This record gives sequence, structure tokens and C-alpha cells, in this order.
Amino acid sequence: MHAFEYIKPNTVWEAVDLLDADEDARPLAGGMTLLPTLKQRLAQPTQLVDLAGLEDLQIISEGPSSLTIGAMKRHVQVARSPSINAFLPVIAHLAEGIGDPHVRNRGTIGGSISNSDPAADYPAAVLGLGATVITNRREIDGQDFFTGLFSTALEQGEIVMAIRFPLPERAAYIKFPNPASRYAAVGVFVARVKGEARVAVTGAGPCAFRLPQMEEALDRSFAVEAIQDIEISQEGLNADPSATPEYRAHLIGVMARRAVEAAAR
Amino acid sequence: MPIKVEITVNGAPTSAEVEPRTLLVHYLREYLGLTGTHVGCDTTQCGACVVHADGRSIKSCTALAAQMNGAKITTIEGLAATHPDAEGLHPLQAAFRDCHGLQCGFCTPGMIMSGSALLLENADPTDHEIRDWLEGNICRCTGYHNIVRAVKAAASAMREPKDPRPQETAA
Ligand SMILES: Cc1cc2nc3c(=O)[nH]c(=O)nc-3n(C[C@H](O)[C@H](O)[C@H](O)COP(=O)(O)OP(=O)(O)OC[C@H]3O[C@@H](n4cnc5c(N)ncnc54)[C@H](O)[C@@H]3O)c2cc1C
Ligand code: FES
Ligand code: FES
Repeated sequence: MHAFEYIKPNTVWEAVDLLDADEDARPLAGGMTLLPTLKQRLAQPTQLVDLAGLEDLQIISEGPSSLTIGAMKRHVQVARSPSINAFLPVIAHLAEGIGDPHVRNRGTIGGSISNSDPAADYPAAVLGLGATVITNRREIDGQDFFTGLFSTALEQGEIVMAIRFPLPERAAYIKFPNPASRYAAVGVFVARVKGEARVAVTGAGPCAFRLPQMEEALDRSFAVEAIQDIEISQEGLNADPSATPEYRAHLIGVMARRAVEAAAR
Repeated sequence: MPIKVEITVNGAPTSAEVEPRTLLVHYLREYLGLTGTHVGCDTTQCGACVVHADGRSIKSCTALAAQMNGAKITTIEGLAATHPDAEGLHPLQAAFRDCHGLQCGFCTPGMIMSGSALLLENADPTDHEIRDWLEGNICRCTGYHNIVRAVKAAASAMREPKDPRPQETAA
């Protein structure tokens, strides 16, 4: 690792001031991606601004038709939260399936979405439920948040404060994990939210994306039969040692059907 | 610029001036001489470096000592004191020996710290729950079968009437 300064502010404005004043400063959440990146010397920040001291990023709050989760909520906290298990069990289940227990004890929802790893699980939920990303400056429609491979709509000095998920009528997330890392080789999130079907895919492309073709079919009938014959194109899908684009296209169909079946139950 | 960290390790207060980039595992091994915590990979995947931070298992190769300022860390050297058996071992240490849960022993400190974290929150895990939990711990020689047996054996030993001394609890 290259040398850097470490600062742990107590307020959001202090954190934002530090990030605004130095374009090579980076927020630090659980470090589950950032520290391995630094160990490989793939990044050279001047300062790490630890967000762990910011109370405002620790909330879980229930609204009449939504649930808001603070950016610094660790995967283990999301998986075990009584209110998330009661109102949005699909998210608790997703968090429980991330990596391994030690990663879940440190990794955060905010860090996960800010990183936009092509194989991360949470981005599928953000798109699949039509969530809103709340930052210190604005609210970003989940649809506009992930802009590509490891890139998001966040600007310098902008931090994710929380993510607001609408409560769905039905929802399920099923992933085909990479056998070594547990990241999604392909993960599909399906939901019916405010009467509309949504289907989001992670692991398969440069970042999470929706499948309008399947959504239209599920709008007509929310059942496995409705999407059975939909062919998924392999164009633009990821190729890596764990799966070819062709295999990923196949897995999208399989995971989507399993997710619809689970959500319809 | 070096910063001061104060970390309770195995019940004792420790402190040092460290470079901000100092990893917790290096703090333990190089500043405190606690070399029981191993480094097996550079990619946060093998789990040889697992310790408990405030009662939860973490990979000490992927935490800065600075992030752990104020935390209570338990390492393999201090685990037995949290739940000693008649021989002064933690029941999971004794079970690894009895069930042949190790060969070269390189992964063992991480396996034991990981398995003991599971037992802090689940006193009677099934084989499936144990295998699922050990997802983040890689062993290259024993095979996992005896490791799973050891965790089961320790769980059953620990469900026996316990000794009244204070024990570590999950935060
Ligand atoms: C072995 C292993 C297995 C894993 N398996 C999975 C898996 O199966 N599924 C999965 O989804 N993920 C997986 N992960 C990733 C894990 O879920 C972490 O959540 C993810 O790495 C982000 O880590 P973090 O929250 O600690 O953020 P950090 O690593 O601290 O930060 C990540 C990035 O986000 C930025 N950042 C962090 N917080 C904010 C914020 N609030 N606002 C703006 N920017 C911010 C940082 O500057 C950094 O660039 C795995 C990781 C490991 C090491
Ligand atoms: S050394 Fe920490 S996970 Fe391998
Ligand atoms: S005992 Fe040798 S790596 Fe596990």
C-alpha cells in the first residue's frame, strides 16, 4: 500500500469538507473493496475519510410505503434487522448471501453500491425495486445511479447517506454464485412494485441493468410461463473464467424463472 | 503522519504510534509479537487472519489498525481465556486436536477464530450451517470434513454446564 492519511470525522459536513478540499481523498466504509484495491496499488488516495463515525449513515427507518437503510449499515446488520426482515425480507436475504460472514461483518450497503462492482448483489435490488439513492446533495433515481463498470453518478465530495427502497407487493432475488468468491456470476432480482413488474440483472454486464422485455411479459402475467420462451441475447455480456457470455445469457433465464417462482409464492 | 491507536487485545490495553496504512494483522504480529494470526493471501479470501473484533469475526488483513482504534480484539492467543476447559484450551482448540481438524496448521488459527465466532451466536449449528459459515476460510490440506466435525464436537462440549467465569459475547 502507498502511504495515506487517515481521518475519522464525526459529522457529515466535516467528511464532505475533507473530500471537497482534496480530490484525491476517498471515503472509507468497511474497506472490503477499498483496502484490497490499495494493497494491489491500484489506487493511490492521499487521505481515507472513515465514515464509521457518522451517526446519520446508521439509520434504518420505515415509512408508510418505503424503508430507508443508512449507507454504513453492514451486511450483517441488514440481514438481522427485525424491521428489514419484517418489511423487506428480500433485502435481508440478499445481504445474508453476500460473500462470507467476515465480509458481512465489515462490508456496507453504501460501499457496495458506490463501488458498482459488476458482480455485486445490492445493485440488482436498487434497480429491481426502483430505489432512490440519497446523498448529501440530492436524491438520485436508482435507474440513473449505476453508469458503468465501477462507475456511478456520484461526484467528488458526494457521499451516499442512505438508500430508500419502496416496499414491493412481491419480490425475490436469486443468484448463481461464483463458487470461489460468492459474488454473483449472474443474479436476477424480480419484483412487482406499485403494480408494475421489474426485473434487474447483476453479474452479467458492466453494471446492473433491467430487462424490459421480461418486465412487459410479467406485467401481462406474473408467472414463470410468461417468461419461459424469452431468449436473452449474449451481446455485451461479461466473459471471464467463471462464465462465458453465452452461459451467462442462459443463466439469466434460469435465475429469472427461479426468482419469479419464488416471488409468486 | 503516524497516528496513535489504542486497542484492547486479549483483554489487555495496547497502544502504538502507527502509520495509517498499518493493517490490523501487522499491528498484531509486528507491534505486539502475536504471530498466531496468519496471512495466507493478499486478496481477503483465505480467512487465515480471522480475529474477533468486539465479538464478531473479521479478516484482520483487511482492516486498518486505525479503524480498530478503541475496539476489543481477541486473537487465537487469547481465545482459550474466554472459555477455558480443564486443560486451559478453548473447547474448539481441543476439538481440532481430537478430531484431526488440522494437518499443516496454517489455516487453523483462522478456522478456530471463525468457528468460535459461529459458536458465540449459534450454540448448536448443523453441518450445513457450519459449512456455510466457513465459506470464508480456505484449507489446502486437511479437507473440511474433520474441521466440520471439530466445530460440532466443540458445540456439544460447550453446551455442557459451563464454568462461571466471564465469557466473550457477540456485540
Ligand atoms: C471475499 C469477498 C467476497 C465478497 N462477496 C460479495 C458478494 O457475494 N456479493 C457482493 O455484493 N459483494 C461481495 N463482496 C463485496 C462486499 O459486499 C463489500 O460490500 C464491498 O466490497 C464494499 O465494501 P465496503 O462497504 O467495505 O466499502 P469500501 O471498500 O470501504 O468502499 C468501496 C468504495 O466505495 C466508496 N464508498 C464507500 N462508502 C461510500 C459512501 N457512503 N458514499 C460514497 N462512496 C462510498 C469508497 O470510497 C470506495 O471507493 C465481497 C468482498 C470480499 C472481500
Ligand atoms: S490473509 Fe486475510 S483473508 Fe487471507
Ligand atoms: S491444515 Fe494446512 S491449510 Fe488447513
